[in-house]
Amino acid sequence: MDELLALSGVNTHIGQYHILQGVDFSVKKNSLTMLLGRNGAGKTTCLRTIMGLWRASAGKIHFQGKEITRTATPDLARLGIAYVPENMGIFAGLTVKENMVLAARGGALDERRLEWIFGLFPAMKKFWGSAAGNLSGGQKQMLAVSRAIAQPRELLLVDEPTKGLAPAIIAAMIEAFRELKRDATLLVVEQNFHFARSLGDAVAVMDSGRIVHAGAMAELAADEALQQRLLGLSLAAHQ
Amino acid sequence: MNWLLSGDLPRSRILAFLLIGILACLVLAPFVFPGTRSLNVAAKVAVFILLVASYDLLLGYTGIVSFAHTMFFGIGGYGIGIAAARLGPTWSSLALGIFLSLLASLALAFAIGLLSLRVRAIFFAMITLAVASFFQILASQLSELTGGEDGLNIRLPALLQRSRLATYYAVVLVSFVLFLLLLRIVNSPFGRVLLSIRENEFRAEALGYRTVVYRTLANCLGALMATAAGALYALWLRYTGPDATLSFSIMIDLLLMVVIGGMGTMYGAAVGATLFVVAQNYLQDLMKLASDSASGVPLLPNLLHPDRWLLWLGVLFIVCVYYFPSGIVGRLRR
Repeated sequence: MDELLALSGVNTHIGQYHILQGVDFSVKKNSLTMLLGRNGAGKTTCLRTIMGLWRASAGKIHFQGKEITRTATPDLARLGIAYVPENMGIFAGLTVKENMVLAARGGALDERRLEWIFGLFPAMKKFWGSAAGNLSGGQKQMLAVSRAIAQPRELLLVDEPTKGLAPAIIAAMIEAFRELKRDATLLVVEQNFHFARSLGDAVAVMDSGRIVHAGAMAELAADEALQQRLLGLSLAAHQ
Repeated sequence: MNWLLSGDLPRSRILAFLLIGILACLVLAPFVFPGTRSLNVAAKVAVFILLVASYDLLLGYTGIVSFAHTMFFGIGGYGIGIAAARLGPTWSSLALGIFLSLLASLALAFAIGLLSLRVRAIFFAMITLAVASFFQILASQLSELTGGEDGLNIRLPALLQRSRLATYYAVVLVSFVLFLLLLRIVNSPFGRVLLSIRENEFRAEALGYRTVVYRTLANCLGALMATAAGALYALWLRYTGPDATLSFSIMIDLLLMVVIGGMGTMYGAAVGATLFVVAQNYLQDLMKLASDSASGVPLLPNLLHPDRWLLWLGVLFIVCVYYFPSGIVGRLRR
């Protein structure tokens, strides 16, 4: 499989803090890579650095073989990278429809694609004309994901899609992401190991601003000792 | 109607009545409220609705805090004033004056936007404040051209010079059309992008929008509309000067009108501007009436003395902001 995204020796400083301290990993095309790690390990900073919202102070990021380390955020979006920020990153003052239309960047929404999205998240159809700020937490998250996939994208960066969601909504999210995997490459930051194990093809684990493990998800899911060492948890305790 | 209002209907019965009332008063003012003073107030309301709406495009829709808006208002006024003074009171000189002032505003707004919209909001506000102060000093120092502190009296082409009524309706009509144009702009996809930038700039960038470009465009559009309002005001007053268009107190009034009417709603600009201008002009009379009628009561006549009108205007605004934090229109639409 080809590498779609590759980070090598990426460092990011935020103010006086040295958050990413030489991150190396890659995301293969048509796969779902989970980025795991404890709180404060640098996962969100890693996504934001890829998206150009923080600038890497050293190292290189390549997307489809082209260097994008210094590329501006709007240009990255135009290259086909979509970003779903954590905490339901929607525009609360706009309606669901307006949120979706924004993602089309002046073009029209593709009807067939929209039907597909409505199939994944029926709530979007139901609340199409409602203000996004009035949606429930789970619906806001669904809108954030829907907006990212409103048009075909090469790579989806998703930050903690299950954060603060009820178990029933998480189950619906898993189904939606399983469907999404069919035609997109995803890099997902996640704390919920059950979610990560259900969906991930590959996994990268971060600690203290570095990648401490990278490999197949199935391998990590099967190795309890490795989980304990890397994440301080055991899958058995989560079931 | 839906087409005329760009799909942005008032969504509140009271607001709809208010808006229809304001429009009806403006259209019928010369007949219903005869007299120079009331016509002056009506014309000022019409111009300020446009000016406040153009400021709301920046403050309410894009989240840009600019203190240079009266500068663009002044450029419009001086464009007409200088052209009429230098080239004579003809239609072509007025047209040239308006065209050149629009061009100057566009260039200035573009330069300010491109140079400073990248920086944080507070620095942008300070830069606009500095540029506006500089322009104010320039207007009073270049007295050969601008008439200095005295300003310029303007002679208009024969038709407008003869008929106040024709000038009045020209001012109201142009203000109305430009207001509808602003309504169209904020309800277009472009307007939605501005709203998304106001709400979260990073998210808008992550969707692929170059926010600096959009903010600069909004800045230019706001400046052009303010320039048009300035030209209309100069046409009506037949005068332009630093106090009439450039003073910092107008800037403060503008901010108040936007906040009282409701930020991020064009209709808020209409309601806020009308309420403010009418209160500014008639509160004193109202207080005189109240003071006279309370003449038997101790203390009250003193409190309501017309000289204390600014105090009561202040109280009125504090009450407004306290009870309608999202502005009058925000409250009515809830």
